[in-house]
Amino acid sequence: MAAATSMVTSSSFTFPSQGLRLPTRSHPCMKPQRRFLRKYASNVITATYELKPPPYSLNALEPHMSRETLEYHWGKHHRTYVENLNKQVVGTDLEGLSLEDIITVTYNKGDILPAFNSAAQAWNHDFFWESMKPGGGGKPSGDLLDLIERDFGSFERFTEEFKSAAATQFGSGWAWLAYKANRLGVENAVNPWPSENDKKLVIVKSPNAVNPLVWDYFPLLTIDVWEHAFYLDFQNRRADYISMFMEKLVSWEAVNARLENAKAQAAEREMEEERMKNEEEWKPTDDDDDDDDDEGLEMYVDSDDDSEAE
Amino acid sequence: MALRSLATRKTLTLGLNSRRLIQSRALQTFSLPDLPYDYGALEPAISGEIMQLHHQKHHQTYITNYNKALEQLHEAIQKGDSSTVVKLQSAIKFNGGGHINHSIFWQNLSPIREGGGEPPKGSLGWVIDTNFGSLEALIQKINAEGAALQGSGWVWLGLDKELKKLVIETTANQDPLVTKGPHLVPLLGIDVWEHAYYLQYKNVRPDYLKNIWKVINWKYASEVYEKESA
Repeated sequence: MAAATSMVTSSSFTFPSQGLRLPTRSHPCMKPQRRFLRKYASNVITATYELKPPPYSLNALEPHMSRETLEYHWGKHHRTYVENLNKQVVGTDLEGLSLEDIITVTYNKGDILPAFNSAAQAWNHDFFWESMKPGGGGKPSGDLLDLIERDFGSFERFTEEFKSAAATQFGSGWAWLAYKANRLGVENAVNPWPSENDKKLVIVKSPNAVNPLVWDYFPLLTIDVWEHAFYLDFQNRRADYISMFMEKLVSWEAVNARLENAKAQAAEREMEEERMKNEEEWKPTDDDDDDDDDEGLEMYVDSDDDSEAE
Repeated sequence: MALRSLATRKTLTLGLNSRRLIQSRALQTFSLPDLPYDYGALEPAISGEIMQLHHQKHHQTYITNYNKALEQLHEAIQKGDSSTVVKLQSAIKFNGGGHINHSIFWQNLSPIREGGGEPPKGSLGWVIDTNFGSLEALIQKINAEGAALQGSGWVWLGLDKELKKLVIETTANQDPLVTKGPHLVPLLGIDVWEHAYYLQYKNVRPDYLKNIWKVINWKYASEVYEKESA
């Protein structure tokens, strides 16, 4: 269907360093919604965040996840997070920042600021809807499957571990498959896997609104284990909900696309760090200098962020 | 701890056999307390469906897992396996806390025809008016705290035995009130985990909080208050 194709090719997968997500999601039941409303006043840009619909209709995941659940989960819970976010951001320093940036700033090294919950939950739910598809489930293939087998032993072991993380997150929260690359020291948070090798897949669980962006990981897949995610369909039977999610709903295409992006970003980052290291070691002679530069060290500041939307 | 010192004491007097006896002494296991009312008796404030699931599934699961954790703890203590002892603490807090909190909760509720919703009389009523101005003001505050709680947890009316005053507190997940202060005694707890209201109230937690007061058992809260403030 159109929705499924557009999901694979659009660039709007949630992705750590990507700023504003582009609009244009054609959807059988909905008009394309502009993701961001931008007002220009002198040189000030303000943006309000809009509730994006899932890439399928609200009944498309039946009988596994009911339309009623989607109506409440997306139509009420997710919508409320977005509305609250807008209220909390307007007129503050956060205004105009990308959602990912708001999350990082308001996480505040664990001493979370008020807008964090709304921002992170808005992001988490977008990511969650896109992690699922009608007719989902099954097994991944290609690079993704290879990596899973490398880092977990087998797809079955991965599934067991993921399900266990989802089942044992106490209270409200999320379970994640994430790609972890090149970072042991994480500035903004306590890295939950500090001793693991880099450039590998990891499973992490997080409470309430926390997500792997705060650890500078690349999220690939998530399952919402707040009770509102499964209570109408499964009541207390969280384990059944998790099994259903794995067997019937996971969109491995989405996970795959996110992995490719993550690997590309990680490679870019690595090259950047390599380049900066080389520039520090070399001290090129400056021909055209007027002043006597005693410092000698050239500071490179990245002011061109290609991933920012126009 | 107590078990070990008991074993040590006895073996000094009675020898090896009794130590084995002490170590195989049965650990107390916990079981689901009966509700003092039918599942449907709190309607329309809380549906029978919710009460049944909440009691038979959620509370029972906490008890089952609490018993399991205690058994594992018992073994670990006997083996002197400190790392396991410490690792089990979070399972004990989650599940033991769940058992403690829900046991209090069932007593905090009562059908209307048995006095549910009737305002507190006596000393508790008086101290509420003194501390908060009125019962309505207290309820407003508790509901505001309960609605603002992110994720899962409880909102409490407690007595600070040391400071001799009433407090409103929230705890996350299944943390009992005492985790907020060793001198705090719970008088009333309201479960704001989504499982406590979702089937009936969906995302509108404030409606649940508004309606639950119709079945709050102030008699129990008063009894606890009087006993603990004596």
